[in-house]
Amino acid sequence: MTALTVSDVSRSFGGLQAVANVSFAVEAGERRLMIGPNGAGKTTLFNMLSGALAVSSGSVTLFGRDITRVPTYARARMGLARTFQITNLFPRLSVLENILLALVPMQDGAHSLLRPLRANHALLHRADALLNEWGLAAIASKAAKEIAYGQQRQLDLILAMAARPKVLLLDEPTAGLSAAEVVRVVAMIRSLSREITILMIEHDMDVAFEIADRITVLHQGNVIAEGGVEAIRNHRQVREIYLGVDE
Amino acid sequence: MTFWIIQTLNGVSFGMLLFLLAAGLSLIFGLMKVLNLTHGSFYLLGGYVGLAVLHLSGSFVLAVLAGSFAIAAVGIIIERFFLRRLHLQELPQALLTFGFLFIFSDLATVIWGTNPQTIPKPAMLEGALQVGGFFYPYYRLFIIALGLIIAGALWWLQDGTRLGAMLRASVDDEEVARALGINVSLLFTLVFGFGAFLAALGGVMGGPIVGVYPGADFDVMLLGFVVVIIGGLGSLKGALIGGLAVGLLDNFGKVFFPELALFTIFAPMAVILALRPAGLFGRE
Amino acid sequence: MSGRHSKHLGFPPGRGTLVLTGAVALLALPYVLSTYHLGLVVQMMIFALFAMSLDLLIGYGGMPSLGHAAFFGISAYTTGLLALRLGLNVWLALPAGVILAALIAMLFGVLALRTRGSYFLMITLALSQVAWGIAFGWRSLTGGDDGLPDVPRPTLGLHFPWSLADSISFYYFTLLLVAIATFLLVGIVASPFGYALRGIRESETRMLALGYNVWRYKFAAFVLAAIFAGLAGCLYAYYNRFVSPDYLHVARSAEVLLMVILGGAGTLIGPAVGAVLIVLLENVVSAYTERWLLLLGIIYVLVSLFAPNGLIGLLRDRLPWQDTP
Repeated sequence: MTALTVSDVSRSFGGLQAVANVSFAVEAGERRLMIGPNGAGKTTLFNMLSGALAVSSGSVTLFGRDITRVPTYARARMGLARTFQITNLFPRLSVLENILLALVPMQDGAHSLLRPLRANHALLHRADALLNEWGLAAIASKAAKEIAYGQQRQLDLILAMAARPKVLLLDEPTAGLSAAEVVRVVAMIRSLSREITILMIEHDMDVAFEIADRITVLHQGNVIAEGGVEAIRNHRQVREIYLGVDE
Repeated sequence: MTFWIIQTLNGVSFGMLLFLLAAGLSLIFGLMKVLNLTHGSFYLLGGYVGLAVLHLSGSFVLAVLAGSFAIAAVGIIIERFFLRRLHLQELPQALLTFGFLFIFSDLATVIWGTNPQTIPKPAMLEGALQVGGFFYPYYRLFIIALGLIIAGALWWLQDGTRLGAMLRASVDDEEVARALGINVSLLFTLVFGFGAFLAALGGVMGGPIVGVYPGADFDVMLLGFVVVIIGGLGSLKGALIGGLAVGLLDNFGKVFFPELALFTIFAPMAVILALRPAGLFGRE
Repeated sequence: MSGRHSKHLGFPPGRGTLVLTGAVALLALPYVLSTYHLGLVVQMMIFALFAMSLDLLIGYGGMPSLGHAAFFGISAYTTGLLALRLGLNVWLALPAGVILAALIAMLFGVLALRTRGSYFLMITLALSQVAWGIAFGWRSLTGGDDGLPDVPRPTLGLHFPWSLADSISFYYFTLLLVAIATFLLVGIVASPFGYALRGIRESETRMLALGYNVWRYKFAAFVLAAIFAGLAGCLYAYYNRFVSPDYLHVARSAEVLLMVILGGAGTLIGPAVGAVLIVLLENVVSAYTERWLLLLGIIYVLVSLFAPNGLIGLLRDRLPWQDTP
């Protein structure tokens, strides 16, 4: 079953074409990595997939449903979640409150106006489980803006995963992390169930090769290569583009 | 037919005053992201200071210059010593500029009393233009002409000079502009002072038509905001077109629906907000 | 496991004890205060409600509005007119006022809520000043500048023997309504809806990515805030027995904004305290000088420069029971 299809998607900003006729399909449960030099159009494409940006032409489908004109929040309701390249948390809310907000949309009737959120035992239970799983229980009541950068990136990931999405868009999840933190995040991503489909942007080639089932390579807004890890590793044009690029 | 021409010209001449006000508001917001609620005070104080100078000197020209530059100085002081500390903090800025609005409003009634006053027209511009059987005051025609000249000058400044280029760069991206060596802080101060200058100019020039009275600051400021909403923030073209539109709406509104004059302003504003929230010529 | 905060006994007093003490004090006040001072407390309660309603919008929702007085004034005029011209009792006149405020809020919300930040600030200001202008200009309906005098105190109707006209009865009437409204506000703020508002304040894009229909939340918050502001407006109309365009003027909007910021946005109690202080200050100062506006302006300037987080912000770190905002 195809989880996500991108059909002939383009995006222009004035005279500049950031993404040109990109097409690919991601199978359910797949780990698809999107790589490419800066300016290749990866984040623009991501924003079109998540709904933050409108497509100039083309279409996107999620499990067969056309979501090209569907607003962001509705896509999230359909099971599409994303992380952000620049950490996007709720800075003055506590870590626990951040997670609770991510969990509320899961529960019917949780949107109520009357019952206190912090007395919602089902949600608190699930939040605690997540905090323990990620080792963040100790900082649960600290404000998100006050925790360490590495922990913020982890929280960013937790928020995306809390509501058990079907498709997860990860935007450079290892950016700015220490080597040890990268190992931890990679392990966490690899441990995710195959019920979740993952599309991930990554700059670190080692991380990309470690996680990927298939890789799509973008360059100047076009797809220039697509295939398994070995095929991409040996792909001539890809090697040309990356030769001399520091990781 | 004459009626329509006269009322249209009335609307246009008032619209020019609004343009002066809105241009300053728009400029200040576009560059500094500040919603300057003190702007109405600049208008009012310009009128009062102009009136005082006129009484002292008898010269209209002196009154205009003194009023405009004095208030520009006030604006510069406010920006340099107060507003600057609240960079990008919207709510405190609103509170600050509103505070000054109150302070000036009250001080004005203390200094100049609560009676409405008018500034007498300069002798040279008294009287009316006569075309066939049709009369129209010179003064109002002068305002229209002055408005167009200033609009032209601002256009040239914005598009044709280095100062304008620096301004546009700073509007686009403040950080990059700073990195390029543009003295953005000085630009802020100058622009704020200039906005105050324009508002005060409007206040003095408007004195003979609109009068100078307590509450003029709020009245005119509201119309200024409506102009900016309709025309679009940060756009000179918007300030001009919006100013003319609101001037005409206000004038015809008062003529046809005196009790509900503000309805005629509300309807177009609501339409713009519903269809194009950024205004006719606004960005994004 | 996180849960509710435990109540402290002894010193420093826990939140529960303070609330209880406050409630008892408020109930006892008519027996210790003069009519004049009791009236002052009524004003404080009304403006505390008004300020808390704006806090919902600004402090929790992050939507800075300079037009909140529009709803305060529209409901005041509605209730005042219905009571004065049609002799309607409080069961009809008061809800009618609140409902009209809500309807106008829906209109204003649709027009304003596609913008944010300073744009939103400006648009709310313009919309409410237009409402003011209509109240000012429509003399045949509103009395214009002269206002609406002789609004009767609320009447309960034929079946109820009690009168609300005297100051003590009216005090309890106001206390009851404000207490209920406060209770509701506290509940809203603690609910998932309240937290969603905070989330929207902190990061709209994240909320969208999490599946929240952000516009709908903002709209609901806008209308809810207007409803509570409307209630405050109706009460003020009954209290003053007079309604004027001043109820709607941007100066009124700015004053309630000051109360919110002075007390501390996003805390509910902060704005209530801010309201009490400003009402007190205004009454004291006005007895000595006519320059209240000047002083108020200076307070605005000082608060904006030196206390943008308000008094609660200053006290926050010194009290044992803390909540993240």
